[in-house]
Amino acid sequence: MSRIQTTFASLQATGRKALIPFITAGDPAPEATLPLLRALVDGGADIIELGVPFSDPMADGPTIQRASERALKQGMTLRRVLGIVAQFRTENADTPVVLMGYANPIEAMGLERFVAAAKDAGVDGVLVVDYPPEEAAAFARVMRAAGLDPIFLLAPTSTEQRFADVAELGSGYLYYVSLKGVTGSANLDFADVAQRIPLIRAKVGMPVGVGFGIRDAESAQRIAEVADAVVIGSRIIEEIENSPVAEAAARVAAFLRGIRVAIDHPDHGHGELGR
Amino acid sequence: MQRYELPDSHGHFGPYGGIFVAETLMPALEELRLAYEAAQTDDVFRAEFEYDLKHYVGRPSPIYHAKRWSGLLGGAQIYLKREDLNHTGAHKINNCIGQALLARRMGKPRVIAETGAGQHGVATATVAARYGMECVVYMGSEDIKRQAANVYRMKLLGATVVPVESGSKTLKDALNEAMRDWVTNVGNTFYIIGTVAGPHPYPMMVRDFQAVIGDECLRQMPEHVGRQPDAVIACVGGGSNAMGIFYPYIPVDGVKLIGVEAAGYGMDTGHHAASLTAGRPGVLHGNRTYLLQDEDGQITETHSVSAGLDYPGVGPEHAWLKDSGRAEYVTITDDEALQAFHNLCRYEGIIPALESSHAIAYAAKLAPTLGSDKVLLVNLSGRGDKDMHTVAEKSGIQF
Repeated sequence: MSRIQTTFASLQATGRKALIPFITAGDPAPEATLPLLRALVDGGADIIELGVPFSDPMADGPTIQRASERALKQGMTLRRVLGIVAQFRTENADTPVVLMGYANPIEAMGLERFVAAAKDAGVDGVLVVDYPPEEAAAFARVMRAAGLDPIFLLAPTSTEQRFADVAELGSGYLYYVSLKGVTGSANLDFADVAQRIPLIRAKVGMPVGVGFGIRDAESAQRIAEVADAVVIGSRIIEEIENSPVAEAAARVAAFLRGIRVAIDHPDHGHGELGR
Repeated sequence: MQRYELPDSHGHFGPYGGIFVAETLMPALEELRLAYEAAQTDDVFRAEFEYDLKHYVGRPSPIYHAKRWSGLLGGAQIYLKREDLNHTGAHKINNCIGQALLARRMGKPRVIAETGAGQHGVATATVAARYGMECVVYMGSEDIKRQAANVYRMKLLGATVVPVESGSKTLKDALNEAMRDWVTNVGNTFYIIGTVAGPHPYPMMVRDFQAVIGDECLRQMPEHVGRQPDAVIACVGGGSNAMGIFYPYIPVDGVKLIGVEAAGYGMDTGHHAASLTAGRPGVLHGNRTYLLQDEDGQITETHSVSAGLDYPGVGPEHAWLKDSGRAEYVTITDDEALQAFHNLCRYEGIIPALESSHAIAYAAKLAPTLGSDKVLLVNLSGRGDKDMHTVAEKSGIQF
């Protein structure tokens, strides 16, 4: 079993849902990332999505684009991201790390070289935003041969045929984009999510995480009622953006703890927690 | 004649092209692919397209023998395909009419576009007014400064121009922003991409709509010289005017295809926009193609005096034509393009766009090396009215 599968299995055994925070590696500075990873674990992260900054993040909203720009300005590269993960692994053997980014930095390194380096660093899964199943056959094959999980996206617009395509290529978990739009958008449609998740889970046979548009304890709690995992990105980046560098890690941990409590206590009323 | 049937059904030109977008856009691209496929075989659609090209754009555009200038250069004869005489002043309108008609067929009342020089934005705003559609144009704030007249034109035509402040604030950032709009409003919005790049089916569809340029040349050149030209020359940013004139000539033996990229301040300065000449294959904006990028795969900033060539990628079909050897790609610097701009003004009474001036400059380099029986066909893709400020500034003149 991969580290991601083990994580979901043990959560399921205790009836809990996974909390998956996202940060961009190198934001606001390369040396800030390791302390932030620790803070995410302290705040209750089950899996961490670590963004690999790219100069043209087409599928991201302004918040994550700004994070990418800050990281690139500080000299962050895919190679350095892998170095940070390797460092994190020397002190944490349990929390899966999923890299999330765009195809070009990976292709610039070379697919095989990247996957081998990611495996050595202790990466568990990789989500390439601009690799839909149609273009991802080689990527998925190389990843799975190395024992890493290729993570795919599904969207409200995805057809049932596409559920089958990602089920065949993907492993670990499936990331459902809960709205039409870019990361950090505001219009989350709970009814759509509640209706679609059971369908998707039945079709893909792996845990389903939901992201895009989850901003607070209430939305996290409502998503956790139907999904296997709650992904939060832009809201955490905003926390980092609005904190003095020295306080960012502590504030992120505190924010995440509020979310953790909310999703672990589904019977509490909406809107009271983590505010 | 050789058969040429690219792209394949998934939009691949050899290893290039494809569909590299986030999942959210996949169904929209599938919907577009099916709608375009249906339109292609629909006589009514064809007739609408051709009617507007003739009566609204003013096609066919003439081919003009630049006799005086050819004589001064002393070599091959230069013929100009006059896309600058189209309504709105450039080739961009051909494609916009095709895509706007498709949008109407698909029941999408809102069109969006990205623009660099503003030519594609103006063309999109124009067809949106013509067909009664809401129009939003994304434009880098740097380009807005360089192309104030075109920004005002778009506003006159009823479009909303949204300045893009992210990244390098030029064409590629406008493209990112337009993609984001499309992801968010995919239900009622048609994204009119202005060049032969982006995810499938765009590179194929834009090429097909622009192929009217080359199709006309195939008929017109024999009327002028009794045969096809020895070489066809066009500037390449994203590459739509070049694909438009190249495509019908791909299977024609004996016709060289030459794409001219922007060398900016010079290839050795690193400040250029020549992705085919100096780039490496990678993935950007929905397709795999040659890209200007650093060793870590980050897209680098480009420079060209002409905003329309200032783009770090290039259409995937050009990448394929380069690798296969069917077309060759060369470069022209800002200074060389400006020189050609002035020469065409003075010797032929034609003010060319700075983009097209790159193609003209290369023709002027090539012509003297060839005999006077040789024929060069240059795509004069746009007129230079929009570049008055840039050229004046370069000459030290303030309006």
